[in-house]
Amino acid sequence: MSEKVLMKGNEAIAEAAIRAGCRHYFGYPITPQTELAAYMAKRMPKIGGTFLQAESEISAINMVYGVAGAGYRVMTSSSSPGVSLKQEGISYIAGADLPALIINVQRGGPGLGGIQPSQSDYFQATKGGGHGDYHLIVLAPASVQEMADLTAHAFDLADKYRMPTMILADGTMGQMMEPVSLPEETTSKVEKPWAVTGTNCEREHNIINSLYLVPEQLEKKNFERFEKYAKVEENEVMYEEYMMDDAEYCIVAFGIAARVSKNAITAARAKGIKVGMIRPITLWPFPKEAIAKAADKVKAFISVELSMGQMIEDIKLAEECRKPVVLCNRTGGMIPDPEQILKTIDTLIGGNN
Amino acid sequence: MAYTQVLIAGFGGQGILFAGKFLAYKGLLEGKEISWLPSYGPEMRGGTANCSVIISDTPVGSPIVSNPDILMVMNLPSLDKYENAAVAGSKVFVDSTLIERKLTRQDVSAYYIPATKLAQEAGIPTLANMIMIGKMIKETSIVSFDDITDGLKKVVSAKRAELLDLNLKALQMGYNYEG
Repeated sequence: MSEKVLMKGNEAIAEAAIRAGCRHYFGYPITPQTELAAYMAKRMPKIGGTFLQAESEISAINMVYGVAGAGYRVMTSSSSPGVSLKQEGISYIAGADLPALIINVQRGGPGLGGIQPSQSDYFQATKGGGHGDYHLIVLAPASVQEMADLTAHAFDLADKYRMPTMILADGTMGQMMEPVSLPEETTSKVEKPWAVTGTNCEREHNIINSLYLVPEQLEKKNFERFEKYAKVEENEVMYEEYMMDDAEYCIVAFGIAARVSKNAITAARAKGIKVGMIRPITLWPFPKEAIAKAADKVKAFISVELSMGQMIEDIKLAEECRKPVVLCNRTGGMIPDPEQILKTIDTLIGGNN
Repeated sequence: MAYTQVLIAGFGGQGILFAGKFLAYKGLLEGKEISWLPSYGPEMRGGTANCSVIISDTPVGSPIVSNPDILMVMNLPSLDKYENAAVAGSKVFVDSTLIERKLTRQDVSAYYIPATKLAQEAGIPTLANMIMIGKMIKETSIVSFDDITDGLKKVVSAKRAELLDLNLKALQMGYNYEG
């Protein structure tokens, strides 16, 4: 790890991607992720990489599809409305079993929405987003350090499982500066014998494709892909448990909502209320077991989200409705404050007595 | 253990975000935990601008400062908006060239610095922000004034080295301002 520098979250993702060996970036500007594209525009030409501002998000994601097929580490970044435009391409990339990284620095929606932070693309990110049976591995950083670390990890996971991965951040994470130790430069090279790199007439053609007109073949492909997803669910779940040892109430929150929740937990504990938190770092695969285990000992769960309540469904599925799950939320670019979370906990306690 | 939340507010172009960035870097050089969060979007294009800075001995939770321990305001709308948000006992720094009214609260310490006027008289009209920061450091010790140039070097681009001395001058003017 290198010396700590102050960086915006957007810049930390860009630099970490470069250090992870990404030399190809395709994007289209949108607030609040523009610093990421700007960083790439500045750096890529100096290191023999590609920065290309496409004519639209749809073009950008299809350029990602092409470069991924050629076996290079490649990424795109955008914010909510732009990520909606990319969904067709993401589905194709998933259908062709290609590794690629997509960054979503979320803003309020639906529609053009606003430009302030949001987490209301949770469903889109974790349930597929585009058409067809597929998943992305979705990582949710809660600090600038994680913006960097999870970017490197996302590239590794994408290559390991040959599937697209997503960093699901938000406007706050993108815009804030914190000290960050940037990861070391990757030196290892991942072998990609499936890539379309030219045969030199020495081997069979590699074919990158997502079209299977024979339903038996498509079904087989989808079954195989879901066997792979099962391995991801088994091996790649990440979460942080915060003050859960003696917790009677469990906050579940990711990204900026988890940061605000930490303040609420400090304040609640000062009043003698035992609150802890499970912070999912992978949103897909979701930390189901950790939630289920917590359901054995806590009185209730509080889902703190910057949306109308999306992750709350996964919490309920994971704990099988054994304990109440309440929502503490703001939306449209607003952020819950610690007082709102405390008030939610107070209401819960009132209800339990 | 110190956990100090700072809110700096004014209008776009006053160097509000820059001033916050300087504080953050100085804190980092002193081995503190820090976060810096700007307002972004339309604010940057001529409206109000503000930034949250947290400098702490312990890891920073939420980077959003709603109730500052230190408030620095450089226009009237910012004082109107944040005066009541500051915690009791907080220190409030007001650019009295641009804000004619006094605080209405009695439970905070107010410091009135004619920073914009001082900056203009000293021929550094764009550095009222750093005069304010100098005074803030003097009255709060949020960061040390020692090795102050090291902090500046992190935020003043090497290509604009001539600005280093001017920023230093502004910080010293604020630090030494009695009034």
